[in-house]
Amino acid sequence: MATKGRRATRAKPARRKPALRAKRVVGAPRVGRTAAPIPSDIAVAFRPGDRVRVRAIYPPGHIRTPHYIRGKSGLIERLCGSFGNPEELAFGRSGAPRQPLYRVRFIQSEVWPDYAGQRHDTVDIEIYQHWLERA
Amino acid sequence: MAHTHEHGRDHDHDHDHGAPHRHPPRADHDDRPVSYYQVMTTAVFELLIEKGVVTAAEVRSNIEAMDGRTPEQGARVVARAWSDPAFRGRLLADGTAACQELGIEMGPTRLVVVENTDQVHNLVVCTLCSCYPRMVLGRPPDWYKSRAYRSRAVREPRAVLAEFGTRLGDGVTVRVHDSTADMRYLVLPRRPAGTQGWSEEKLARLVTRDSMIGVAEASEAAAL
Repeated sequence: MATKGRRATRAKPARRKPALRAKRVVGAPRVGRTAAPIPSDIAVAFRPGDRVRVRAIYPPGHIRTPHYIRGKSGLIERLCGSFGNPEELAFGRSGAPRQPLYRVRFIQSEVWPDYAGQRHDTVDIEIYQHWLERA
Repeated sequence: MAHTHEHGRDHDHDHDHGAPHRHPPRADHDDRPVSYYQVMTTAVFELLIEKGVVTAAEVRSNIEAMDGRTPEQGARVVARAWSDPAFRGRLLADGTAACQELGIEMGPTRLVVVENTDQVHNLVVCTLCSCYPRMVLGRPPDWYKSRAYRSRAVREPRAVLAEFGTRLGDGVTVRVHDSTADMRYLVLPRRPAGTQGWSEEKLARLVTRDSMIGVAEASEAAAL
């Protein structure tokens, strides 16, 4: 895992001035319209249609990114909102800063080289932003 | 040979294997040794009660509420969507909010509803564990939690669908949804032909659990 990056991210909330937080409010996502806008410590980086690649890293811990999709690229289908980071929550921590969560759509024949279905078949997977990079 | 007579009783009807007799006992589900996690569950349960965090009655009422949820909830949602185009639109835009209209609360998770059409067939799986839209479908079937389904639904969905009796044309796109995080998924199956003018209650009887997971279509009109 990129421990340097993670340490830096985790240290941020303590240093940040509270006044900045209100400005970093993400608009209500398409999903969960009834929920109030979700304050997110991590700014939303991708929009629907953006091409992204899932990071091919293999850290220990409670990870919600399936192995089979690491290193693969797909398109952002939607922003689901911002949620506590499960890699933190799993160890009884606060889950802050909350991570934007996306549904990413992958072409099955690009995920499995010997895929037996049709070329247009897809798999949609929920992936947190810190697992995605622009492709 | 399989037979269904009551045991522990003499019976004088004519069997050719002589009476009375015993069958080898079948193992009950609780005959196995208690597992590590069962012990841990019980220990945590007892500690929470002892320390006054929860009461036994609260735990029981939660279990009863969990067991009380059935696929009939989801069927009601689907039948409403088939009957009311405006509701269908709201359901596809925001499943959580649309379910609230029908008095179904999603709790901490959010519901994404995906619609089957002539061109697209949706299938739901959780490859990491067994995430399932319990608030609308109740508890998942055992096969949904099996390693075989969890790995094959994403690897060879068309083969899995065929085993459930669902054969799709090459022109149909199969869209698998891997429920890996905070969303839960409900498939809105296609409305069966020959159901024009049916009431929501009657339509709901065609909506099976499997059709809302996506391994099958809704039942045909002739099924009723």
